[in-house]
Amino acid sequence: MASHADTHAHGDHGHHDDHGSHANHGTFGSYMTGFVLSVILTAIPFWLVMGNVFDDKTVTAVLIMGLGLVQIVVHMIFFLHMDTKSEGGWNMMALLFTVVLVLITLSGSLWVMHNLNSYMMPMTMTPEQAKQLP
Amino acid sequence: MTADSTSLLFGKLTLEAIPYHEPILVVTFIAVALGGLAVLGALTYFRLWGYLWKEWFTSIDHKKIGIMYIIFAIVMLLRGFADALMMRFQQAIAFNGNEGYFPPHHYDQIFTAHGVIMIFFVAMPFVTGLMNFVVPLQIGARDVSFPFLNNFSFWMTVAGGIIVMISLFVGEFAKTGWLAYPPLSDIAYSPDVGVDYYIWGLQIAGIGTLLSGVNLIATILKMRAPGMSMMKMPVFTWTAFCTNILIVAAFPVLTAVLAMLTLDRYVGTHFFTNTDGGSAMLYVNLIWIWGHPEVYILVLPVFGIFSEIVSTFSAKRLFGYTSMVYATCVITILSYIVWLHHFFTMGSGASVNSFFGITTMIISIPTGAKMFNWLFTMYHGRIKYEVPMLWTIGFMVTFVIGGMTGVLLAVPPADFVLHNSLFLIAHFHNVIIGGVVFGVFAGINFWFPKAFGFKLNAFWGKMSFWFWLIGFYFAFMPLYVLGLMGVTRRMSQFDDPSLQIWFIIAAFGAFLILLGIGSFIIQIAYSIWKREELRDETGDPWNGRTLEWSTSSPPPAYNFAFTPVVHEIDQWWFMKNNGYRRPLSGFIPIHMPKNTGTGVIIGALSVVFGFAMVWHIWWMAIASFVAIAVVTIRHTFNYNRDFYIPAEEVAAVEARRTQMLPAE
Repeated sequence: MASHADTHAHGDHGHHDDHGSHANHGTFGSYMTGFVLSVILTAIPFWLVMGNVFDDKTVTAVLIMGLGLVQIVVHMIFFLHMDTKSEGGWNMMALLFTVVLVLITLSGSLWVMHNLNSYMMPMTMTPEQAKQLP
Repeated sequence: MTADSTSLLFGKLTLEAIPYHEPILVVTFIAVALGGLAVLGALTYFRLWGYLWKEWFTSIDHKKIGIMYIIFAIVMLLRGFADALMMRFQQAIAFNGNEGYFPPHHYDQIFTAHGVIMIFFVAMPFVTGLMNFVVPLQIGARDVSFPFLNNFSFWMTVAGGIIVMISLFVGEFAKTGWLAYPPLSDIAYSPDVGVDYYIWGLQIAGIGTLLSGVNLIATILKMRAPGMSMMKMPVFTWTAFCTNILIVAAFPVLTAVLAMLTLDRYVGTHFFTNTDGGSAMLYVNLIWIWGHPEVYILVLPVFGIFSEIVSTFSAKRLFGYTSMVYATCVITILSYIVWLHHFFTMGSGASVNSFFGITTMIISIPTGAKMFNWLFTMYHGRIKYEVPMLWTIGFMVTFVIGGMTGVLLAVPPADFVLHNSLFLIAHFHNVIIGGVVFGVFAGINFWFPKAFGFKLNAFWGKMSFWFWLIGFYFAFMPLYVLGLMGVTRRMSQFDDPSLQIWFIIAAFGAFLILLGIGSFIIQIAYSIWKREELRDETGDPWNGRTLEWSTSSPPPAYNFAFTPVVHEIDQWWFMKNNGYRRPLSGFIPIHMPKNTGTGVIIGALSVVFGFAMVWHIWWMAIASFVAIAVVTIRHTFNYNRDFYIPAEEVAAVEARRTQMLPAE
């Protein structure tokens, strides 16, 4: 059998990455879209707070958190060029993996620590007394 | 000089920090100093400094860096094992009012150092070294994605190890156990520098580990030979891939936790203190979010090693390749949702404990699936009991026992009885020695001929294996018994004389393991001496299956003159059985990266920085930090970083290989 069919000349070291397309680098238009969206998403929270739009502060806080999350997505799409196809899908895969792990870490820690806290004996010592402990 | 200017100049460092009043340390120091001088003298006498610097220290060849990782791990293994041996003998004699030879404050440092060194500076560099050496060869690449970063990672790991080693003779090491739980590790209860050595040693080594993880992920994703889809990657590369994902995801947690502990100790914050709103439990929670994935970081690549060895020495393709890959990926994810089983007794409620108990039991399922895959691979195979295969069989038997005691500990009520006892110690040594250490020795015996062009001597290999195996059972089965009787870990002396016999048996086991390590050293030395008899000119001494065996041994600097095109999982096996002929002409120049000393220099400066931070020598910390920044920035302006191996040289190297191969 022919040997040369099984080999493949590659002069350049470190550049045989034929797997998947590279990330796109954006256009002027996409950067402007991202910028305008970011400005709008930043302006709304300022307006919510400075204009005292809602009486209930919790509503304001939740809205701001929500707008922050939207802005994260905007940044990822327009500035970090995340999409489902770049680097053969590995960028999206890495993002999903990270999100899952962060969720596990945060929600797990909150659950564990909350649980520990609720089973703790009530503390009758003052911090000053606690500092004097041997 | 006034006290003020002394502390400005030397921080907390005083002559008192040199432990000349501890006879054991003085003797150790003299031995280390004499040994070190002998090595330095020999290097100078044989004029090896230039050779070492040019060919090894500054090398950015993944093969040489892999070998250096393994040499570093072997050196640290000797230190970590010396600690183990001393603990075993201390516990064997410290009965009936005899306090043994270690005072408690020294004993506490020994068990902390043993744990830290064995995990971070033995097991980690062993697996990183093997991944570094093997992965690029298995995927048909010429090097890793970022060759300089690889050298830099290695030297950061070494720098961390050096900082831990300095603590032996200047000051002291942590007395807190290998994870340095607060409040004991807080400044209030550990005002000495021990915990600071621990922190800076791990932080600096952690940078290296994290970056080498990034490097290998990029290598596996971007540098595979054409045709090698993910599901055609060799199993070892798959496990290395999952391992490095775990490293990149888990190590930042360790870095963050240690950074918070550092702030508690250095600037008086209250993350983990007893008072002012701190919570020591949060430290335990966070460090195990890193700590459990760490267990799988160590053992997954070893599963890959065993997979390669089982299929090679059974001369069959691996049974259930796809299930093996999926099992590896499932373990990768599941390893993140079991961390609480390390602290069932800290006080969570039944719901939390049962959730984590069940996830822990679930994670044993993919591991069990792997075990069956190996067994079915061996079934009807023509098994050759070479040394790597012996380690594999020893692993399969030993690891199953360790796994079963692990599932037992996963049951929260059982854990309440057994936690913090010697049963736990026996369990995790059972899986780490029976899994990781056996796997590393299997891997070293398996790939040594690829790295150096001659096999390791089989007789001493078998001696090493049997001493390790039998020694392991002698050393750790008594600890299971003691643990069931309720003996707790980390004790320097005992009251109940009826326990002594078990500790004596365990100490005998440790002595057998010493013989095992000795046999391993003899095996290497003897094999180097008899290298002409053990020479392997084919590059494929075991009738291997994957691409690393298609190159010469040792492989040329560029690994592959032509990048192979991959059609099969066991590509080299496929090529051998389909009349493959090596290309003998048509070579073209090969683009290669140049060596650089930047990694060594930054590593050395990091040691200075870590030492200065430990002793609060602020001027030195600032100066070394600035120096690190300057060297780093200067390196980015180094444009003279690559060269071409001319086609004639490639042709000459390949022609030499042709001469060595038997004529067909």
